[in-house]
Amino acid sequence: MPDSFFTASPEWRWWIVFYFFVGGIAGGAFAIAALLRLFGREVDRPLSRLGYYIAFPGSIISGILLIADLKRPERFWHMLIQSETFAPAFKWWSPISVGSWGLLLFGLFSFLAFVGGLAEVGILPRGLQALVQGGLGAVVNVLGGISGFFLAGYTGVLLSTTNRPLWSDTVWLGLLFLLSGFSTGAALLILLSWRQNLPALAWLKELDTWVLGLELVVLIVLLATVGMAVLRPVLFNAWGVLLVLGVVLVGILVPGLLHYRPLLGRLTVPGAALLVLVGGFVLRVVMLLSSEAA
Amino acid sequence: MAEPMGFFTDTSVCIGCKACEVACKAWNQLPARNGGKVPLTGQSYDNTVELSGIQWRHVKFIEQFSPDRSSGRWLMMSDVCKHCVQAGCLEVCPTGAIIRTEFDTVVIQSDVCNGCRACIAACPFGVIDINPETNTAMKCTLCYDRMQAGMVPACAQACPTHSIQFGPISELRQHAEARLAQLQAQGVSQARLYGHDESILGGLNSFYLLLDEPEVYGLPSNPQLPSRNVAPSAGLSAAGAVALGVLGLVGLRKQRMDKLAAEAREQQEGDGSHAG
Repeated sequence: MPDSFFTASPEWRWWIVFYFFVGGIAGGAFAIAALLRLFGREVDRPLSRLGYYIAFPGSIISGILLIADLKRPERFWHMLIQSETFAPAFKWWSPISVGSWGLLLFGLFSFLAFVGGLAEVGILPRGLQALVQGGLGAVVNVLGGISGFFLAGYTGVLLSTTNRPLWSDTVWLGLLFLLSGFSTGAALLILLSWRQNLPALAWLKELDTWVLGLELVVLIVLLATVGMAVLRPVLFNAWGVLLVLGVVLVGILVPGLLHYRPLLGRLTVPGAALLVLVGGFVLRVVMLLSSEAA
Repeated sequence: MAEPMGFFTDTSVCIGCKACEVACKAWNQLPARNGGKVPLTGQSYDNTVELSGIQWRHVKFIEQFSPDRSSGRWLMMSDVCKHCVQAGCLEVCPTGAIIRTEFDTVVIQSDVCNGCRACIAACPFGVIDINPETNTAMKCTLCYDRMQAGMVPACAQACPTHSIQFGPISELRQHAEARLAQLQAQGVSQARLYGHDESILGGLNSFYLLLDEPEVYGLPSNPQLPSRNVAPSAGLSAAGAVALGVLGLVGLRKQRMDKLAAEAREQQEGDGSHAG
C-alpha cells in the first residue's frame, strides 16, 4: 500500500472546493485582463475592465470561504501575523502560508484595478483611472497579473505539499489548477460579454481552446504518473466516472468541439463557456473529495 | 537546549492493557468519546479505535486469525505522535502554532492554532486531529508540562510491562539495539527497529521495536516530508504561467497582424478602384 494511505484526512470539503473554484476564476480573469491591458488595444479595455470586476469580488469571496473553513475563524489573522509577537507570519516553504499572503496581495491589486475600472467608466472620480492606465496602471496590472496566476495555481501546489493520497502522489496538480483557473476565468469573461461583440472575444475563445487542450494533456500526464496503486482505490469508482464525464467530456471535449462547430446555434458561445465552468468546478470536486474519501 | 528526549516502544512486551491510554487521558484531561457512550466496534477487541484530537495514545490491536480461528496471532502497539526530527506538521503550519521544544519534541500551541488542518494532511502517520472541544489541532505533547517539572510522561509511568520507555534518545537507542539483539538471538528474526536512526525523517523521537513489517502495524515504510513536492510543483506551475502569457501574447499579436493585413487589403482595393 502506498505510504500516502497511512495518513488522516484534513476534511477540506465544500468551502475549499468553492474557494479553489472561485479563486481560480478570479486569478485567471485578472491575468487575462492584465494581458489585454498591457498588450492589447484601446478597444479591448471593456473586456479587461470586466476582468477587474470579476477579480476583486472573487478575492473577497475567496477570503470569506477560507475563513469559514477554519475551525477557529476568529483567528484567521494568525495566518498573516504571529499572535504573540505581532511579527509577520511567513514561511516560503509552506504553500498555505505563501497562499495567505498571495491572496492578500491579489486582493489589494484587484481592488486597485477594480477602482480604476470604475473610474474609467465614470462611476468613480476620473483621476482614479490612473490605477489602470499609464505607468501606475502597468505596475498594478503586472503585479496583479502575477498574483492572479499565483492564486490560480498555488492551490494545486498546496495539495501536493501534503502526504495525502493522490495529492502528494503527483507534482502536476498546481499546473492543472492553473490551466483550469485560466480557462474558467476566460469562460466567465466570455459568458458575461458574448452579447457585446467585443473585438477581443475571438482572441479569448481561441486562447481558451488552446488552454483546454493543454489541460487535457496535463490531466492525462497527471493520471499516468500517479500510478495504479493510487488510482485504483481513489479514482476507479464513482469519482473516476465523474472525472471522465464531468471534466474530460463536459468540461473539455464538448466545449472544444463547440469552439469549432456552432452546434447550439446562437447559444454555442455561452453554452461552451458554461460547460467549461461546470468542468472546472467538477475538477476541483473530484480532485479534492476523491482523496478525502480514500 | 536540553538533551533530546523521547519514547522507545517495545511492542514485543505490550499486553494491550491500554493503561497508557487511560493515563494520557487522565493527565491531559481529555474527554471521553461520544460523552462516554462508546459502542463496541464489533470487529475487534480494540474499542478505542484510533488516535484523535481527544485520544493522544492508542493501543493498536493487530488481530491476524485464520477464517476458522484455528491459528492466529495478536500484535499490539501503543501508537503515539512520533515527534519527528524533521516534522511535516511543523514544516507546513502557517501560524507558528507548532513548535519544537527544548527537548526536541513537537508541540501544538492550542492558543495559536486556528484549525486550518494543514498539519493533519502533512503528517505522514495520521496522528493529528481536531479536538472538538477546543476546535484546534491536537496530539501528544510528550507530556511537555511533566517534562518541564522533571517527571516521566504519564503513559510511560503507567505502562506495567515497560513497553513504553522514556528517556534521553541516545540511551533509548542503546536499549533498543540491545533488545533487538536479544530477540534475534532468540530466533525472532522478524524483529526490527523503526525510526531509531536518521533514515526516517531524520529520526523519530518516538521510535519502535516491531515484530513485522511497518505496514502490518499501519506505519508507512518510507514516510516523507510534504515539502518534497514544493519545488517541482511550483516550478511546473510557474512554467505554465509563462507559457500561458506567451500564448496570450502570440494570439494578440496575430490578431493585430490580421487587422493590419485586412486594412492594407482594403486600402489596396480602394486604390485599385480609384485607378480603374
